[in-house]
Amino acid sequence: MAEPNTLTHFEAALLPHLAAAYNLARWLARNDHDAEDLVQEAYLRAFKAFDSFHGGDGRGWILAIVRNTCYSWLQQNRNQELAQVFDEELHTVEGHSRSPEAMLLRNADAQLLRDALEKLPVEFREILVLRELEGMSYREIADLAGIPVGTVMSRLARGRERLQRQLTHPVNKEA
Amino acid sequence: MSCEEYNTLIHGYLDGELDLLSTLRLEAHLPECASCAQAYGSHRALRSAMSSGKLNFKPPNELAERIHLSLHQASKAERVASLSVWEALKPMRWRISWPSMSIAAAAVLVAMVAWRLGSVASRPSPDDLLAQEVLSSHVRSLMANHLTDVPSSDRHTVKPWFDGKVDFSPPVKDLSGDGFPLVGGRLDYLEDRPVAALVYQRRKHFINLFVWPSAEDSRLKTVMRQGYNLFHWTQSGMTYWAASDLNSTELQEFVRLVQGHDGRIP
Repeated sequence: MAEPNTLTHFEAALLPHLAAAYNLARWLARNDHDAEDLVQEAYLRAFKAFDSFHGGDGRGWILAIVRNTCYSWLQQNRNQELAQVFDEELHTVEGHSRSPEAMLLRNADAQLLRDALEKLPVEFREILVLRELEGMSYREIADLAGIPVGTVMSRLARGRERLQRQLTHPVNKEA
Repeated sequence: MSCEEYNTLIHGYLDGELDLLSTLRLEAHLPECASCAQAYGSHRALRSAMSSGKLNFKPPNELAERIHLSLHQASKAERVASLSVWEALKPMRWRISWPSMSIAAAAVLVAMVAWRLGSVASRPSPDDLLAQEVLSSHVRSLMANHLTDVPSSDRHTVKPWFDGKVDFSPPVKDLSGDGFPLVGGRLDYLEDRPVAALVYQRRKHFINLFVWPSAEDSRLKTVMRQGYNLFHWTQSGMTYWAASDLNSTELQEFVRLVQGHDGRIP
């Protein structure tokens, strides 16, 4: 696997997905510097595991590795962030924001939206990033995150509810 | 079905992921329920605001280069490690777990130190990496049956072909009188930038001459790798790499002609 040819194939197949890889890592790590290191580490891991890549969905394959790399890192550095998710799962969806302001989202400032998304717990954040920013299907997200398709939909529902609440009634407490 | 359940279905519906039956149910429910209709409206607005692309973080320009270099190093380290040293080390590591091991341990230590030193010494310099890249491009051009994009022995055809494909004008010389006929030109990619590859021939041997602009200043260097000769120099703001399986003497003659040391510069 260490032939120069392999490296050329690897780069041709996976470097085109660098933007998606970086975007995911950046949203999970929430800072530039760590995101860059994590993406680099993920590409090295991917290169060592390139034998197990049999063509097909290169983006899904590299994103799964980026995600694993980021989760290992989160576990070591921000354990409390992951632990919090289990509390979140117990919460039932509260009343939705019915305020007319919600309808003004069309004009929502990108920065406001970005801040609100950053404050979401990581499991909702990642599903929203994969769906809205990367345009991935429920099936692709389910495979990547190792969860059932139904869970993808319910997490998206919960994630968007929370985002709506953040935007209409900003409370800076989450995550 | 409760409004809470409909509220989850709204998302599958928005994402185009809902099955037909649930779609029909939801479409029947929305006009009848103001609260669900409003939730649908606000989520739809949120979706379009999020998918505008404004939220995507763009990787810094140098990240691709950084990854490229680290992969090269990993690839090279792998090749070094897969050589005999590593193989020799394995059984010795195993022996270390046995009681009478001092000699084995010493041997392991020596081997490991040697290996560490070896790997430090063999850490590739940027020039080494580039040489490997140049060689790969040369070999690939011969293997993939893609030697030229513009097959022509006429430099007045080859030179203008690069207009608009690269942001510089490569010097193309006619060396047929010296026994190095031009075969053509090709667009190649080195150091993460498009470069001009000029292809010359001597008997059955092809020569790839890679050219691109560079601020560096480097005298003529030569490398021999895997049976190929590589010559590298800079001249008038251009970096040149010549790669061929031609013998070193004749390739050097070619290089001198390209450099214009024969006094017949076009």
